[in-house]
Formats: sequence, structure tokens, C-alpha cells
Amino acid sequence: MTYAFQHLQREATQRWQDLHAQTWVRIGTGLMGDAAGARETVAAMRYDVRHAGLSATVSEVGTWGLCYAEPLVDIVTPGGPRVLYANVGSDRVSELVATHVTTGQPKVEWALASVESDVPGLPRVENLPMMRYQVRIALRNAGHIDPVELLQYVARGGYEGLDKALSDMTGQDVLQEVKDAGLRGRGGAAFSTGTKWGFLAGNPAPQKYMLCNCEEGDPGAFNDKTVLESDPFSLIEGCTIAGYATGASNGVVFVRHGHDAPIQRVRSAIRAAYAAGLLGANILGTDFSFDMEVSLVGESYVAGEETALMEAIEGKRSMPRFRPPFPAAVGVWGKPSNINNIKTLAYVPEIIRQGAEWFTGIGTEKSAGTAIACLSGHITYAGLVEVPFGVTMRQIVEEMGGGTPDGKAIKLVQTGGPLGGMLPSDALDIVLDFDEMAKAGAMFGSGGLIVADETTSVVDLTRNLIAFDQMESCGKCFPCRLGMGHLLEVMERICTGEGRPGDLELMEHVGKDMRAGSLCGHGQLGFNPVASALKAFGDEFRAQMKGHGPIRITPFVGPRSSRRGAQLEEETPTSQVKGDFVAHIQPVARP
Amino acid sequence: MQETVAMSANSDTLRQLVQQAIAEQPSATVTVLSSLLSVQDALGYIPKVALEEVATRSGTSVNDVWGVASFYPNFRFVPPARHSVEVCWGPTCHILGAQQLFQGLMGHLGLEGEGDTADGEFTLKLNTCLGSCPHGPVVSLEHQLAGHMTIDQLKAHLEELQVGAAQPKLNDASHRWDPSP
Repeated sequence: MTYAFQHLQREATQRWQDLHAQTWVRIGTGLMGDAAGARETVAAMRYDVRHAGLSATVSEVGTWGLCYAEPLVDIVTPGGPRVLYANVGSDRVSELVATHVTTGQPKVEWALASVESDVPGLPRVENLPMMRYQVRIALRNAGHIDPVELLQYVARGGYEGLDKALSDMTGQDVLQEVKDAGLRGRGGAAFSTGTKWGFLAGNPAPQKYMLCNCEEGDPGAFNDKTVLESDPFSLIEGCTIAGYATGASNGVVFVRHGHDAPIQRVRSAIRAAYAAGLLGANILGTDFSFDMEVSLVGESYVAGEETALMEAIEGKRSMPRFRPPFPAAVGVWGKPSNINNIKTLAYVPEIIRQGAEWFTGIGTEKSAGTAIACLSGHITYAGLVEVPFGVTMRQIVEEMGGGTPDGKAIKLVQTGGPLGGMLPSDALDIVLDFDEMAKAGAMFGSGGLIVADETTSVVDLTRNLIAFDQMESCGKCFPCRLGMGHLLEVMERICTGEGRPGDLELMEHVGKDMRAGSLCGHGQLGFNPVASALKAFGDEFRAQMKGHGPIRITPFVGPRSSRRGAQLEEETPTSQVKGDFVAHIQPVARP
Repeated sequence: MQETVAMSANSDTLRQLVQQAIAEQPSATVTVLSSLLSVQDALGYIPKVALEEVATRSGTSVNDVWGVASFYPNFRFVPPARHSVEVCWGPTCHILGAQQLFQGLMGHLGLEGEGDTADGEFTLKLNTCLGSCPHGPVVSLEHQLAGHMTIDQLKAHLEELQVGAAQPKLNDASHRWDPSP
């Protein structure tokens, strides 16, 4: 153990004790909590605690994943039980402050569950339906700690992995440990992380980049953003360890502009890590140095593709590059680079801390560890669950998610993001496992599971997905640019009851060409939503084509913008090159 | 609000605001895209002078900057209306009624799709995913998220925005999930 870390850990233990020496109120905010109104709950809680003259700490934390219960308030008094309260609007705060916060007696009728303690009349949190099969590794700290306070992260075992790597292991050892753990990329492709790192480690260049992909433009997936806003240090530590293993000098966290909570939290966490000597030169007093920063991208789904991501970091249009050269040889700024999903990196500190054997003991033989599924749509318990591989979709959706809220039958689960597929309800017994799912033609992808009940029109949902894919096509290569537009046009006329004979075959034809001719996965998989919908719900499509679909489809209004170029009020600067708008600008030589 | 400053500013002030936004961006690595995002955040839109300024700062041409700016749909090139309303149209929100929300708003605001109202009060926009899917249908009012939205609540929130409430009140019992079967 390094001397610097010993010191840090002592400080963290002290801080953790201090936090528990008085009442501690934790409220989940960020993307999840805010949409439920948690900001007002925080403001009310701070006000009421101050006015009651109480000495209590009120912290904003990430999400437990129990999003149906948000705003979620977590109260623990010194020596008392720790209790979670569900749906605490600001109108309930005064009463909670008057009862639990002041007296230490839980207000059981508003409580959801107890944590690490027993309260008569309350279930323990791990016995809630949504927590039943959970094993939390990437989400180990979510909801427990103030995401931007380094000492809280350290108090819960944070940075032990990095310290162990730097004191007892060589970069090669770390690489081997990750390989042995069987860690596979969580961004969708499920490629072996250790092998991928090996490509970069083998490149002797002095400046190398470790890129952390949190673009996550997939509607229905929010696990990357959750990791980032609930526990940014786990990513920073994971990325630093990855830097040590591969000899990378710089880390870049890549986030979509507009998601304020994850961006602000990871930024302040990076600042805190620098201040504590956990980033920058001579980390923990060793001769290992590593820098990290945040890079933002405009709204673009394709920016999640690894070479498009590098273009965006360089400040250009997020359009995929040709490969080869591969990123490990020529990546961002022309330097060797490695791209990892946020969740993948969030596992790394725990793998190093607890060892590869521990990690392979979780999950299935070929898919080690856990997966984070995002439940939304027609579901009782919406939110995030982290489950070991090997559980079935049905367990996740029906047992943990509680099925549909009003007892209607589940019709399908949309998985794998907007390029993914639809699992009809009779296919939900599929086991969560990278290879099993690929064999069955299903995608787990980024982890979004959108549950749709029997009142949902498959044709309408497919049109929505195709409209998304069309809008997000970057336009670089024509099979995708024209193909997506064509698919949307056909879907639109099927939805409005004007489908023509041969339309389904036409879409298949277009889809085949897109698969063969597109540069990146966006075009290659662009036909997937239609293909999987046709496979499971072909009859509904055919009925809709004839104008008597079982479910009425309402008109759809999509966004105006596409990647074909926005319009200025009158003319674009490009069309005005010879006009007076740019006349006074001196041409600048391009570097 | 900064937007109103930008709207009423003369071109010199506007140029200064743009320069300030470019100079004060938080990331260490400055690119065309990071500068444009910074200007969009500060002013709510990308004025023409920003294209020039960014081009000059990054040693590239206005055309190259425009190439980037026109690609990302979160940039706009005219000042925004006073209040911003975004409706998520991701598949989760879609099946939970986002279209009814959006089309209801179109009717309410007299718009035929995305755009600004004639009185300069509201900018209505669709967002591919606001990221709070468990709380769908989700909208963003003045860049603050609000979930489990209905058209009646939304209309009420718009009124609150107009009369100058700092933030619409989201946190009352009507937004509460009902655990009873």
C-alpha cells in the first residue's frame, strides 16, 4: 500500500464516522430524481432541517435504481435504523423532519424499506421485488454516497484497486487480471476488454488515449448516465487503472451535451481526484501519471460509434472513419486510442480489488459478471437493475419489474436500443448471456428494456424507431442515408393505411443493401427493428397494410431537423461564400 | 436571462459575449465543437458572429465551422423564444403518450411542429431522449426535467413559466406514483 493512500484511507474512515455521528439524509437527484421533482424535495429538506435547528447532513446522491419510488429519501440517525422513503414530494418533507429526523423513529407508513437494519413492519431493501436478483458491482455505490465527495468513495473501498495495482502489480499483471476475469465490453459488442487493452498496450507510442464512452444516445437506456452521475469516481478509477495497464497517458470522458447532472458530477469528481493526487503527475506518489478530461458532443447517436466518437472529440461532425487504421494504431488526434464503455470501466476497480476469480464466480461461464438493465415503458417498477448474467428476461421484466402496472398482458420488450429488436412476450424466457442472446438473434446491447403492453401498436412503435434511425443517420454513406429515409417513407404509408403490395419485400430489399453497403453499425443494423417486428408480428403488419390493423395508429409528428444540414433564416453561410457575410473574413490556412 | 441580453445586444456586445463564451469554456481541449457548444449554452443560439469567431480562434474557415454547426440538431441560429419546452419522443415516452403531449402543445401554442411561437414566448422542440425514461413521458421546461407529464399539467406549467415562476412546481401529489394495486 502506498503511503499516500494509507493517509487518504484514514481520512476517509474518519469522514465516514463523522457523517454517521449525526443524522444523515440522502436524496437521489440527477436525471432520474429530478424528473420526479427531487430538487424541490432537497430544497424543502434543507429549509426544514435548518428551521428546526437540527444538525443533520443533507446530501444529494445518485439513484438506487428504484426510480418508481422517486423522489427517494434515505434517512439514518446515529445508532438508529436506515430507512428509505418512497415518493417524498416536498409536501411530505415537514412531516418527515418532525418525525424520523427529529425523533429517530421511522415513519413506517411512508417508508419503502429499511437498509442494513430491521424495522418492524418494513421489508429490508434487498427483499423488494426489484432488488431480488441484484448483485451490485457497477452500481455498488449508487444511492449510498455523495457522488462528488472523494472521501465517501474511498470509505466504501474506492481506490483500493488502483492502490493495489500501483503497489503490487505491473501493467502487464493488471492486463492479465482483466483478461482472466473474462470482462467483456458492456457497450453492446461484448468484445473481450483485456484483449482490446492488449492492442493498445502493445503500441509503444508515448501518448495514448483511453476514451470512456458515455454518449449513450439510445432512447430507453440510461445506465451509463446513471453510473456517471451516481458514482463518477468508479469510472475515473477504472479509467486510471486502464491507463496503467495499457500505458495510456490521457483519459477522455465523452458525454452528450445537455445531460447536466452527469456532466457536472464527473467534472467535479475529476477536479477532486486531481486535488487529491489521484490524477495528474505521480499518482499516489508513484511514477505513474495520467490525465483526464471531459469532452462534450452535440446530439448525435452515431457519435457513440468508436471512430465517430473520435471525430467528435476532435470537434468535427461525428461521422465514422474508415478502418483500418484501427483506433489502437491511429485514434483520436492521430494517437493510439482505446474506447471503452463507462460500465466496463466501472467494473475494473472491483476486479482488481477482489480478483479475477471473484468476478468469474458471478454470471455465466462465457459472460462473467453482471449486466445493468434499464426498465421503462408499461412497467410497474421502472428503473435500473444490476443482475448477474444467467437470469432470464422474464425474471427481470415480470418479477423484478412487476409486469405491467394495470394487469394488461405484455406484448413485447424492445431491447438493444433503436437498432435492436423486439422480443415478443413468449420469447422472454431467453437467458441473459451475450452468446445465448446473439444465437437467438436478440440483442442486449446497451441494456434498455422497453416494455410495451397489448394496447401498443407494433407498426407504430417500429415507425418511431425507424424515424429515430433515419434522423440519426449521419449521412456519410448513402446506403444508410437514403435507405433509412426510404424505410421511413414506407413505414409512414403503412401506418396511414396506404401500404402497397410488395412494401414488406421492398423494405427487406432495402435493408439487405444497407447491411451490405454501410460503413458502420448504424446502417448495417438499420433494418433490424423492421426485421424483428416482422418476424414476431408479421400478421399485424399485413393487417395494417390492408388498412384494418388491430390497433388504431394516430398521426406522428417527428422532428424537423435531420443531418442534411440546418437552415439559417435566409441563406446558409456556404451559399453566401461570395456574399458580404464572409467577405471581410480573411481566409485562414488550414493546419 | 442571458438570452434576452443576447437578443437585445448590438453586434459589438454580441461579439463580446461570444468571445467570452469561447474563452471561458470548461474543457482544457478547445475544439470547434466545444466552442460552439459553449456559445449555445451562453446565448441560447449560434449567431453568425460566432461562426466567424470560432473559425478565427481555431484557424479554420467559416464553412468548416458551419459544417459542424449544421450537423448537430441542438444548435439553433436565431435567438430562442423566452421559454423553452422540449418533449421527448424516444420509444418509451412514445408508447406512454408523448405524441399526444406534443400534438396537444402544438395546438395549444398554434404551431405546426417544432418551432417558436409568433409572440416569442415559447420554443417547442422534440428531443430524441431526455434520459429519464422511467418517468416517461418526460418533458424539459427551461432545461429542467419533468416526468409523468399530462397535457393539462403541461399547460398549467407553461402558464406558471409565463407569470415568472422560477421553476414550475412538479412535486405535488399529482405526480406521485400510486403503489396501490
